[in-house]
Amino acid sequence: MKRLAAVLTLSLLASPALAVRPDEMLADPALEQRARALSQGLRCLVCRNESIDDSDADLAHDLRVLLRDRLTAGDSDAQAVDYIVARYGEFVLLNPTTKGANLILWGAGPAALLAGAFLAFSVTRRRARAADVAELSAEDQARVKALLEDTPG
Amino acid sequence: MIVELGHFALILAFVIASLQAILPMVGAQRRDPVLMAVAGPAATAQFLLIAVSFGALTYAFVTSDFSLRLVVNNSHTLKPMLYKVAGVWGNHEGSLLLWMLALSFYGATAHWFGGQLPERLKARVLAVQGAIGAAFLAFMLWTSNPFLRLASPPMNGHDLNPLLQDPGLAFHPPFLYLGYVGLSMAFAFAVAALIEGRVDAAWGRWVRPWTLAAWLFLTIGITMGSLWAYYELGWGGFWFWDPVENASFMPWLIATALLHSAIVVEKRESLKAWTMLLAILAFGFSLVGTFIVRSGVITSVHAFASDPTRGMFVLAILAVFVGGALTLFALRAGALEAKGVFAMVSRETGLVVNNLLLTVACFVVFIGTIWPLVAEILWNRALSVGAPFFNAAFMPFAIALAIVLPIGAVLPWKRADLGRAMKPFAGALALTVAAALLAYAVTGGVSTLGPLGVALAVWLVAGVVVDLWQRCGRGAFSQRSGRLMRLPRADWGRAMAHAGFGVVIFGIVSLTTWAVEDIRVLKVGESFDLGPYQVQLMGLSDETGPNYTAKIADMRVTKNGAEVAMMHPAKRTYPIAGMATTEAAIRPGIFGDIYLVVGDPQDGGGYAVRSYLKPFADWLWLGGMMMALGGMLSLSDRRFRVAAGARRTADAVVAAE
Repeated sequence: MKRLAAVLTLSLLASPALAVRPDEMLADPALEQRARALSQGLRCLVCRNESIDDSDADLAHDLRVLLRDRLTAGDSDAQAVDYIVARYGEFVLLNPTTKGANLILWGAGPAALLAGAFLAFSVTRRRARAADVAELSAEDQARVKALLEDTPG
Repeated sequence: MIVELGHFALILAFVIASLQAILPMVGAQRRDPVLMAVAGPAATAQFLLIAVSFGALTYAFVTSDFSLRLVVNNSHTLKPMLYKVAGVWGNHEGSLLLWMLALSFYGATAHWFGGQLPERLKARVLAVQGAIGAAFLAFMLWTSNPFLRLASPPMNGHDLNPLLQDPGLAFHPPFLYLGYVGLSMAFAFAVAALIEGRVDAAWGRWVRPWTLAAWLFLTIGITMGSLWAYYELGWGGFWFWDPVENASFMPWLIATALLHSAIVVEKRESLKAWTMLLAILAFGFSLVGTFIVRSGVITSVHAFASDPTRGMFVLAILAVFVGGALTLFALRAGALEAKGVFAMVSRETGLVVNNLLLTVACFVVFIGTIWPLVAEILWNRALSVGAPFFNAAFMPFAIALAIVLPIGAVLPWKRADLGRAMKPFAGALALTVAAALLAYAVTGGVSTLGPLGVALAVWLVAGVVVDLWQRCGRGAFSQRSGRLMRLPRADWGRAMAHAGFGVVIFGIVSLTTWAVEDIRVLKVGESFDLGPYQVQLMGLSDETGPNYTAKIADMRVTKNGAEVAMMHPAKRTYPIAGMATTEAAIRPGIFGDIYLVVGDPQDGGGYAVRSYLKPFADWLWLGGMMMALGGMLSLSDRRFRVAAGARRTADAVVAAE
């Protein structure tokens, strides 16, 4: 933890560059664009919730260069990302995988929506039935009319 | 001396808050008017004492009293006066004091303006409010005392984090706190009503002003925070799904749901139990947010483990209040009988859909925020949940909400005919489709998300127009437009807020899908094309600020040879805090911003320059402000004033029911 703090402090003290620096960009615009898109999904490990595309930290710079090296070497997007995940761990992925327990994370929203919708639907239907009951039948209406006519005044 | 006075006032406020928590509650239980009468004056006294305490801390910051540890850590004599004052709440201890100031203020308003409230309800509301106050005052006094002295005061302070030295951020936290804390009123009303076992239409009316105020402040706070991120943090991002941002967004989502369900309670005496639950959850998420931010648990489990006192204290407060309220809810919710019945298609169900979408969206944000923590604890798996997840998981809810909103807003209460309700929307629908096609054609089909967003925005705004027009009743054009101006302010507020939602969507979509970016090395005198503009670096100069030095670039932006703007992006170095910040130069415009950032000198000469065109960026904050304005309009409607009980003057035009 102390080391991480030290790295953080250093990265702050170091005069910040402009995140993606002009000198690290690839000449091939298509390749560079792929690199940019991928960078946005990779976490700068020493930063707070920042992608390597947004970060000024030196580590982010190194990762950007590494990623570009892989792409230039002919890696596919998935291969390049896997290469980095193999070295830095799952923590580097800003977009969590759908593997293992992460299914709970991804499924939670749809599941909650379905459960909520079912609950709301059943409760509403019960209410709606109650509403139907509250409607007066022709017979009842006749009785009401008779009662009203009976009332003096 | 003044500092000691502040410290003493804080301790006294704790004592008063404790009394306020106990005596009126006992009084309400025993129907003892004397004990119940303690609540009001205690709330006022608590507020005044905390105001004194806050004043004393502000005095210490303004006069740079470096015998206070807090001032040493967060201030500096060279800091501009605005940030000396803002420094009071630019840190953990001081911001808690501001939090308490807001809390006690809300409590006091319940006493000042709550003349119409039934005595027992008022006593219980103020008692709950007192209990929350006492808990947080204890938290401050025992773990986060802002008035701690240093035995040997240093000559100068450590300065405030330069990123925080910005007018936007100086006023962003106070608004957020007013929002978070305002939700405590809804919570207190819910708990009081659950203890009484009685919730009626009047309850819905009483709780609305505070919920609305809280929502409105949260809206302003979040909008300001996003604006600050846009111009200060760097590349024109406006929302990062950071845990701290999520902490403010979750209560906002629940508060929005609560605002809507409270209407159902007020008008139809239905959804009572659900509304109670939302009121508890809204404040619950405020506390969860406080826990996330204060404990540092999300940033790093280890940071939390190394100093768990504060985190544990907040967790305890959270457990006692939310746990207690939920238990009470479980015991009493059954007793809240619903009166109003409604059919499958009705405004009630429209609002149920609204509530469902908003709460599930909040749940998604919540689970995404705590997931790294869960994964680490349960499976020892270090993973991140970042913007890509939140965008993917949250967007469907926003889209669904935008689709159903205009229809839901015009459905009649109790029973509606969907076909008939849809009829007036034919024009709006045609306009929506046309806008989507136009957007697709103009942008050359770069993305499908862009046209979809434009369509939703147009649909929302057109829907508002239809809604307003429907409200004017029937008759000739002149009659209807005459009634338009006499619609209640709440109707205008609603229209404004709903249209604001559309404008926000438009801003977000344009900003994210159609931005133009350029990164390059630029030497003095060189120029480049940025969209329809030419940008030239004219030169650089040095400037010395009060507590920083800066390198300022002069950049000339022209279009077809005519000068559009001279812009001055800068890089600042704050030697005391040992940090540097980039100050982007932004030329705002209705159709988009020009956004320039200058970086370091490069080895081969020249400077790194990053520039953007951000189309319709400002609409995002315009939309946020429209929503807030809508809240203000609604709040100013006489029908929602606390004092406006059964009295209703005859001049109220077309009723909003």
